[in-house]
Amino acid sequence: MSSSYFTKDHEYIRVEGDTGIVGISDYAQEQLGDVVFVELPAKGAKIGKGDQAAVVESVKAASEVYAPVAGEVLDVNGALEGEPGKINQDPAGAGWFFKLKITDVKQLDGLMDEKAYAEYLKTLG
Amino acid sequence: MLNNQGRPTTPAAANESAARPRKTFTGNSGLQQEEALLFETGRADVSGVDIDEPEVFTSRLGALERKTPLDLPGFSEPEAVRHYVRLSQKNYSIDAGLYPLGSCTMKHNPRLNEKMARLPGFGDIHPLQPQSTVQGALDLIAELERWLIELTGMQSVAMSPKAGAHGEACGMMAIKAAIEARGEGKTRNVVLVPDSAHGTNPATAALIGYSVRAIPAREDGTVSADAVRSALGPDVAAIMLTNPNTCGLFEKEIAEIAKAIHEAGAYFYCDGANFNAIMGKVRPGDLGIDAMHINLHKTFSTPHGGGGPGAGPVVLSKALSPFAPLPVFSKSGGINKINENAGEFAGSGHHPFGRMTAFHGQMGMYVRALSYMLSHGADGLKQAAEDAVLNANYVRACLADVMSLPFGNRPCMHEALFDDKWLKDTGVTTLDFAKAMIDEGYHPMTMYFPLVVHGAMLIEPTESESLASLDLFIMTLRDLAFGVKRGETDRFTQAPRLAPRQRLDETLAARQPILRWTKPEPVSEAAE
Amino acid sequence: MRYLPLTPDDRSLMLARIGVADIDALFADVPREKLNRGLPELPLRKSELEVERILSRMAAKNTAAASVPFFVGAGAYKHHVPASVDHLIQRSEFLTSYTPYQPEITQGTLQMLFEFQTQVANLTGMEVANASMYDGSTGCAEAVLMAHRLTKRNKAVLSGGLHPHYAEVVRTISHMASDEVTTLPPDVLAREDLLNEIDETTSCVVVQSPDVFGNLRDLKPISDKCHANGALLIAVFTEAVSLGIVESSGAMDADIVVGEGQSIGNPLTFGGPYVGLFATRQKYVRQMPGRLAGQTRDAQGKRGFVLTLSTREQHIRREKATSNICTNSGLCALAFSIHMTLLGETGLRKLARVNHANAVKLADRLTGAGIEVLNKSFFNEFTIRVKGDAASIVEKLAGEGILAGVPVSRLLPGAGCDDLIIVANTEVNTDEDRAALVSALKGGK
Repeated sequence: MSSSYFTKDHEYIRVEGDTGIVGISDYAQEQLGDVVFVELPAKGAKIGKGDQAAVVESVKAASEVYAPVAGEVLDVNGALEGEPGKINQDPAGAGWFFKLKITDVKQLDGLMDEKAYAEYLKTLG
Repeated sequence: MLNNQGRPTTPAAANESAARPRKTFTGNSGLQQEEALLFETGRADVSGVDIDEPEVFTSRLGALERKTPLDLPGFSEPEAVRHYVRLSQKNYSIDAGLYPLGSCTMKHNPRLNEKMARLPGFGDIHPLQPQSTVQGALDLIAELERWLIELTGMQSVAMSPKAGAHGEACGMMAIKAAIEARGEGKTRNVVLVPDSAHGTNPATAALIGYSVRAIPAREDGTVSADAVRSALGPDVAAIMLTNPNTCGLFEKEIAEIAKAIHEAGAYFYCDGANFNAIMGKVRPGDLGIDAMHINLHKTFSTPHGGGGPGAGPVVLSKALSPFAPLPVFSKSGGINKINENAGEFAGSGHHPFGRMTAFHGQMGMYVRALSYMLSHGADGLKQAAEDAVLNANYVRACLADVMSLPFGNRPCMHEALFDDKWLKDTGVTTLDFAKAMIDEGYHPMTMYFPLVVHGAMLIEPTESESLASLDLFIMTLRDLAFGVKRGETDRFTQAPRLAPRQRLDETLAARQPILRWTKPEPVSEAAE
Repeated sequence: MRYLPLTPDDRSLMLARIGVADIDALFADVPREKLNRGLPELPLRKSELEVERILSRMAAKNTAAASVPFFVGAGAYKHHVPASVDHLIQRSEFLTSYTPYQPEITQGTLQMLFEFQTQVANLTGMEVANASMYDGSTGCAEAVLMAHRLTKRNKAVLSGGLHPHYAEVVRTISHMASDEVTTLPPDVLAREDLLNEIDETTSCVVVQSPDVFGNLRDLKPISDKCHANGALLIAVFTEAVSLGIVESSGAMDADIVVGEGQSIGNPLTFGGPYVGLFATRQKYVRQMPGRLAGQTRDAQGKRGFVLTLSTREQHIRREKATSNICTNSGLCALAFSIHMTLLGETGLRKLARVNHANAVKLADRLTGAGIEVLNKSFFNEFTIRVKGDAASIVEKLAGEGILAGVPVSRLLPGAGCDDLIIVANTEVNTDEDRAALVSALKGGK
């Protein structure tokens, strides 16, 4: 059983137990356009909520990916280095960025669930 | 005897199949010739320069003789000339047509400038030969300094920066040095930059250790003094403001902004990229500016050269002049002097903040810029600014009914900014529209800049265009705009079709970067 | 005015079309009291003939390198440039084109830059090179900043053989960015102990070879020590022709190679515009400053070139960019590339050998005349010791029509090098030039 949460900066975190899988939303990948490069955090790194954890670049844009909640990086999606296009094709699946061991699950409360995020996107026009 | 076997002098009537373009054997298309990379056609044992082997001598290279292969193929002179002429024919240029790149000031590059820069007395002198042997060059620099100071109403000018962004760094370093000299180096560490600024501004501020505080643009495309005041504080070192700004508008509250900045103990850096609109009309020094770089390659017609070289001298206010970097040029008793070491300033009250570059800056550009200034004179420069503004407004007025203006149909400076509201739901984007201009024989305008305007199209015709040239350009853009409205989507989304290349795959280039030529793998006989 | 096509009638017609009464209505946002205050101190327009007369008079007051025996170097060098180079770079399509942002109609510039990048990479023995920097000195400062980004350290060590202007440019930006710099004392004889300066806090070591005094330096021990400590070696050169016969810095494991490219294709022009060469390892490319041309395909599958990896640059990354550089030295890079293509490796090797042979000949003659040459090794430039004040001697010789070299005190005042002159000798110098210099120096000692 997993559930996904979203930030206003369009990161998602899919929670499975005390592990969270972080990536960018479908909306974000569409706004960025073809992703050409990602910079991922180091395994084992401890990241605070809202810290810059990764960078994602398209041809014409670059943006930072922030950690939706605090945690320790358990794993990163190394496949993205060779095939960053996975982020465009399957952002919620094969296009994930990194896995976090969540420090404090209460931090999830401040995030949007899927329904709230969908509402939020409507406000962006 | 009369030769009646000559070639036919009228073309046969075109039939339908002849009118259709056909793939050629060579891949060439008439005058448009394909050209391989020099690494594919050049040969290691060919040279286009005749050099005799030296007489026998004893090497003094120690043990450091080169063993690594050079892998630099050569061409004979005819091959080299053909290679580069063919390459050149794939480029658009000002000499060939209107080049409406907003914020780039693609004006005519007079050839007199080129001729002057190549005089041996300017082109063939060394930066470190004795100063007594370069007095004429120093006269020229002094004269150019005088023009820049008069045109801007400032106190002094730091000549050495090599381009606009380098000039920005120079001006901001002078500001930082002045703030350090006041003992506030630790406390003032923020630079205010409007959202509409060119990317070099925040990059420059960050380069020298400042953090950037963004100032939102107002509805009308300008920066309000109120917004500046509310962003000011004891931590602010400077503001970086472009005037005229990147939306093509004169910052009407600039004097008030300058006053607020100075009252808060900060300095006013002005990005002078758009000085072409106001030279001879209004002097930045009269508006309260402390430092401003001038792109000699924009305003003063030195050629852009496919991406440089430029030159970015920085004019400085009285407050910042003592911190100007090395070298500083001076004159006493009729003798010019290059002051190139900090020790020379002991006790003078001048504290150069350091050095921007080896030697003395872009002499080749100085000669061209002064040649341009002397040619125009004070009257011609003012006229050039007025014509640049007039041309841009003419374009704006003649396109206002078919394209959309983000800030209403009001006067602009030397560039007219349109947005993409008028393209909404047409299936055509700003990029598509711009690429269709290529098929019509025009270089596109600046696109998607400034960032504060959606789908921005920034058109700067410059003063070099005649009325006839502007009229044809306007009619072309109107025809394209009607094409959008008529739903001729393919004309845009498939464009350009008639250029040496169609749209290039930038995603591929960035995902799998190939940044140099490498020898192809030899075809293995075992394969297949 | 000959450069302005609009006539007074055109202007009236256009103002009417715009719907304003006069030109100043378009300047309505400019504070009234500041507008049109005039430029009484500046002269009015001049004909081409008059401008040519004024500027030619200024030019005539200078001593052109080609007009005298000329031995001035120390970072910029007098070489022969084939006539076709200047002809080709003045073609409209190269000269009056902008940075190639629209690749469909700038394939000429883009392909040239791709070729230039390959030439620079091969010449320096590195994997990738960018599309040029302003010059060698600013490239050197950018290399130090890049090393700081890569190592996440901020301490640079500068060799005492680095051109003093280059060192000063690095120190200036480092001071502004609050980075640390250690500059070793002037090292005329290439005897400094750089290895001792490298530890695990060092970001990079900057070494020039041939150095400013002309000495060649073996970089391998330095790169080894750097790498053992997680630091980077930045190798600098100011004389690109040397690479025709001197081992490349890439082969000695430098991490970043920067140099001045003026020697190939570009005139002296009193110090600029020049062209900075910048090369590095493939793995560091995303931290490299400046523009990069890359290969790709167009919609029809034809090979073409674009500016790429631009997310490193200021127009996208803004305050997070790798550098603020925008305009670079495109046309000077073109001149470099054309001259290099004309030379080819055969020509470059020969040119380098002639330079070296001429310098050896001069060194031998000076030594024979009792003038001390300090260098153990050199390419086309070395340092001599004179009896007396070098600056005065150089000035005196200039009066006699010989430009003898650069007094070290001009670059390093107060460093105790007042009796040293840096003397360069290239393919342009004849036996007569050398004889004139030797006899003048002998007479002057």
